[in-house]
Amino acid sequence: MKILVLMKQTFDTETKISLDANGKIDEAGVNFVVNPYCEFAVEEALRIKERLGAGEVTVLSVGPERAETSIRQCLAMGADKGVLVNTGGLEGGDEFTTAQIVAKAIEKVEYDIILAGFQAVDDGSAQVAPRVAELLGIPQVTVITKLELEDGKAIATREIDDGVEIIEVALPAIFTAQQGLAEPRYPSMKGIMQAKKKPMERYSLADLGLDAGLVGTDGAKVKIVELSLPTPRKGGKIVEGEPAEAAQKVVQLLRSEAKVI
Amino acid sequence: MDFELTQEQEAMKRMVKQFTRLEIAPYAAEWDEKGEFSRATFNYMSELGLAGMSIPEEYGGTELDNLTIALVLEEIAQGCAATATYLAVHNMVAGVIHKFGTVEQKLKWLPVMGSGKKLGAFCLTEPNAGSDAAGIQTTARAEGDYYVINGSKIYITSGGEAEVYVVVVKTGGKKKSAAISTFIVEKGTPGFTFGKTERKMGLNASPNRELVFQDCRIPKENILGSPGQGFKIAMTALESGRINIGSIAVGLAQAALDTAVQYAKERRQFGRPIAGFQGIQFMMADMATDIEAARGLVQRAAFLLDRRKYARTMVAMAKKFATDAAMRITTDAVQIMGGCGYIKEYPVERYMRAAKVLQILEGTNQIQRLIIAKDLLGW
Ligand SMILES: Cc1cc2nc3c(=O)[nH]c(=O)nc-3n(C[C@H](O)[C@H](O)[C@H](O)COP(=O)(O)OP(=O)(O)OC[C@H]3O[C@@H](n4cnc5c(N)ncnc54)[C@H](O)[C@@H]3O)c2cc1C
Repeated sequence: MKILVLMKQTFDTETKISLDANGKIDEAGVNFVVNPYCEFAVEEALRIKERLGAGEVTVLSVGPERAETSIRQCLAMGADKGVLVNTGGLEGGDEFTTAQIVAKAIEKVEYDIILAGFQAVDDGSAQVAPRVAELLGIPQVTVITKLELEDGKAIATREIDDGVEIIEVALPAIFTAQQGLAEPRYPSMKGIMQAKKKPMERYSLADLGLDAGLVGTDGAKVKIVELSLPTPRKGGKIVEGEPAEAAQKVVQLLRSEAKVI
Repeated sequence: MDFELTQEQEAMKRMVKQFTRLEIAPYAAEWDEKGEFSRATFNYMSELGLAGMSIPEEYGGTELDNLTIALVLEEIAQGCAATATYLAVHNMVAGVIHKFGTVEQKLKWLPVMGSGKKLGAFCLTEPNAGSDAAGIQTTARAEGDYYVINGSKIYITSGGEAEVYVVVVKTGGKKKSAAISTFIVEKGTPGFTFGKTERKMGLNASPNRELVFQDCRIPKENILGSPGQGFKIAMTALESGRINIGSIAVGLAQAALDTAVQYAKERRQFGRPIAGFQGIQFMMADMATDIEAARGLVQRAAFLLDRRKYARTMVAMAKKFATDAAMRITTDAVQIMGGCGYIKEYPVERYMRAAKVLQILEGTNQIQRLIIAKDLLGW
């Protein structure tokens, strides 16, 4: 079984985001990690391979050069092969254009099944994998928490409001991982040392026959006009004094200052 | 000259940081409180390869250099200094078996130590021989195909829990230090028993116990290195051991500073965060500077040792400076946090108790100063 995992490199969720002089996210001092939802997908892929006792896990990422460290992280966990589509310098892409790049790159890869994170923790759009499924013309089951494989088909459990849905689908298909699918393992020291010797294919947009304009600003359906940080929360106000007195003061403040009553 | 970590070192640091955050730090206070050694945690670390860092690949390890091991231990110490300490001792013991052992010894012990099936302990200190290591009184006398060991060791890290004990003893001879040999003794060997487990000020997730040898017969092939080589083996072990202790001190100090900075930003007095007071800011700036200086010195000592350069003096400086800095920094972290610093709900009092012992073990900081002075004076 050839398992392909789509992986996005994102900010560590503990990173404090700041904007640079041009209003873009300042990458200096930012820690980049494997998107946690993609990590569930990688783990599930490794477990499928281990259950079957055979197979190959390929991890594909579209991103700048630095995305290599995250691909290596997946190789250290046990994946066999990496594919990096280097988009260094590309400006203004969106989910639509990213899906096009991914779909094009997948032409270079053999697969029986594709796994991905259901969303990335940075922009949280949850769109790329479903769009790729449409472009490839294969079925998709999103937000899954369980996956069983049988001859030529898969049975996936997906989260829906107030319950779960169990779906049977013919392979090849794309599945996107929700938390609970598979708790990711730590890469071992040995895995980390082996990772650098594992094969890594690299493509530029030109290698894939893509026009940087059409998968960048010009092709994007969504344009980011401006980024801004959330306004910092102001420190709370502590009203001191005897409870009865304090309560009175609070009511006063709610009326005069907060103007909510 | 290049101060950049390799991609691999970064990846290892990242993994160990995450592991420490999720699998060690949340339990450290409880382990310390109950005096609990968590074998399950050691086993988990072993699965990830952390028990085989001084073991070559052909015996199932990853054989990292001292610098990389220092990076790993620094991360673990940020969660639990006791865990980092017994892991350091284990890797140091595997390291000397690798360096001085015969092929048979390596085949017998290295794979099981790397996989974590067997935990290692290093046994030098005795009731009457601490700093004066050459003054040990435990003896081994040759008797046919055996050596017979008599005597006792104290304060042994992982004593009772470990399966493999590298024991430094007197085998006789004219010169004090040349009369010393090193043996590998397995737990369960008749005549080898455990005495009391010490109750300690800190570092309680790692036990320290007395070892008693009473006509303990061990096969001759269990001698590590050659007869009379024991002192050299012990000093070689301690050289990497001291780098380990230095890096544990750096991790501990870093954890203390991080906790104190966070607290100082949140705690308000006189109408503003205490971090707004210059008196507090200067303390934090000094702490941060000392940590970087200590880290730099520890890594430089490791770098020299890895290149098989003369490193003894630099290692002594690193051990002394880093552990003295950790003592100051953990003490200041308690001070910055006021009453909260002293209370067990916060981790800094535990850091402070742990820091103290780092100035004592693997050669007290007075002994490190003697080493440095000896080099200065050319004596
Ligand atoms: C938590 C813990 C873990 C340990 N783990 C191990 C272990 O795994 N294996 C092991 O073998 N040992 C271990 N030890 C023992 C440790 O290495 C010794 O305690 C240490 O070497 C000091 O020896 P001592 O306690 O006998 O002190 P002493 O040697 O009696 O020293 C007492 C004081 O005198 C000072 N002093 C001694 N000689 C001089 C001198 N010439 N000049 C100036 N000052 C001097 C010392 O610096 C110290 O301040 C451990 C100890 C502790 C507390």
